[in-house]
Amino acid sequence: MIPEAQNPPPRRRKDLLDIETLSPDEITFLLETARPFKDLFTRSVKKVPALRGKTVLNLFFEPSTRTRASFEIAAKRLSADVTNLAVSQSSVVKGESILDTVDTMQSMKVDYMVVRHGASGVPSFIARHTPASVVNAGDGYHAHPTQALLDAFTMKEALGDFPGRKILIVGDILHSRVSRSVSTCAHKLGMEVGVFGPSTLIPNGHPSYMQVFDSFESALQWEPDVIYLLRLQLERQSAHFFPSMREYHNLFGMTRERFRQVEKRGLHIMHPGPVNRGVELVDEVLSYERCLINRQVENGIATRMAVLYWLQPELTAPKFEEQEEETTP
Amino acid sequence: MIDPSSLRNEVLSKADIAHKIQRIAFEILEAHPHDPLAFVGIHTRGVVLAQRVYDCLTPHRGDIVQGTLDIALYRDDLDNLGTIPSIRGSDLPFPVEGAHIILFDDVLFTGRTIRAALDELIDYGRPAKIELAVLVDRGNRELPIGPDYIGHRMNTSRGEHVRVLFDDIDGAEGVYLIIGGPGS
Repeated sequence: MIPEAQNPPPRRRKDLLDIETLSPDEITFLLETARPFKDLFTRSVKKVPALRGKTVLNLFFEPSTRTRASFEIAAKRLSADVTNLAVSQSSVVKGESILDTVDTMQSMKVDYMVVRHGASGVPSFIARHTPASVVNAGDGYHAHPTQALLDAFTMKEALGDFPGRKILIVGDILHSRVSRSVSTCAHKLGMEVGVFGPSTLIPNGHPSYMQVFDSFESALQWEPDVIYLLRLQLERQSAHFFPSMREYHNLFGMTRERFRQVEKRGLHIMHPGPVNRGVELVDEVLSYERCLINRQVENGIATRMAVLYWLQPELTAPKFEEQEEETTP
Repeated sequence: MIDPSSLRNEVLSKADIAHKIQRIAFEILEAHPHDPLAFVGIHTRGVVLAQRVYDCLTPHRGDIVQGTLDIALYRDDLDNLGTIPSIRGSDLPFPVEGAHIILFDDVLFTGRTIRAALDELIDYGRPAKIELAVLVDRGNRELPIGPDYIGHRMNTSRGEHVRVLFDDIDGAEGVYLIIGGPGS
């Protein structure tokens, strides 16, 4: 019953924009903080008052159901008020600029903005122009930090510890913000990172810690602990990087045959969702006991609660005070 | 880890602490010779205190259940903290609904920690009764909260700091008054 000593927590930040700028200590702190949040879900009252009276704005310039719902539940379990703004259907379509949208939202005095945008860098641009804390919920090909954190949390649950463990990321490495954030996070936590995908979709300047494989079979011989299948983003593929879906499945998908090997070796399978059945994986993978896909979804809420709990909005930003003074008679 | 040589003004020695804990234990036993009880320690040093009192009572009462409470998420000053408290999580492995709970903390000061603890306990269910046991009551309450079992009562001013050290987690044991230290 006697508690153990813990490392002192890292200082709070205003924004979470990528994994690149987080230290391993900060990542570890967020993972440790997510654990007790997950335990809350078994209580009869699943809410805690940590963010009572705060407002969280989900600002999604790209369609999203799962991530948005996950952030919404996370914020509500911290007792914050949540407003969802699907910008693709609103004023931006009428010609409003991003900054004008943010200024409008800021006048409503929100404390946290969760931003998703199709262009890389938009969340950090917004973060520079608002006193609210900004959480990047995915921007272009750049980053998806909360996905990487929830994946790290899920791997920690499944594997126990990170150093020396191996993750193999399979699919479109070039365009995937998930792959970029997950690999950076895994590397920072001491894991070995391997990637495999169509050669047209492997970046030329990949980091030196990343091992690139040229076949699924050689990648499996490397003995990864986790196989992370990326979603083929059908809605984003305008150029033709591979011949057909069927060929993609045969060469890069979790086919029945490869799945049998995976099962025999007891490897874990992850996927950021939503799954394209028959493309990245065959149906039976989803009922495999070491398929962590549903756990990833559950852990997303606890991890995002930890992020919102840790961030600290700036109470006063000079830019906005000046503006308000000018408009006040 | 705290360097004990940096702490002067000892208020209670290791032996004093053992004596006070024993007294708290017997007061609880006297008030509740038979009622089912649940001991809940507030992280971090309240957990140690609850365990010590529990150990004293083991020969007399083998039926007491124990839990721990982490009030970090229920604090009313989270906005102002540059470093957010680590969360250890609460563990209440018994039904809170209808339970008779004795809450333990090392130092009772403004009463805000206890307010947070009460709010959290009630989110788990509706206890039949909650009592409060503290090792040191240093006064200066900001809320109408009073302890039922007190190890040591002392008058302090706001600028002073009362520091409780337990061997189990601090590597030294004693209660110290630090003048001009940070608030409790």
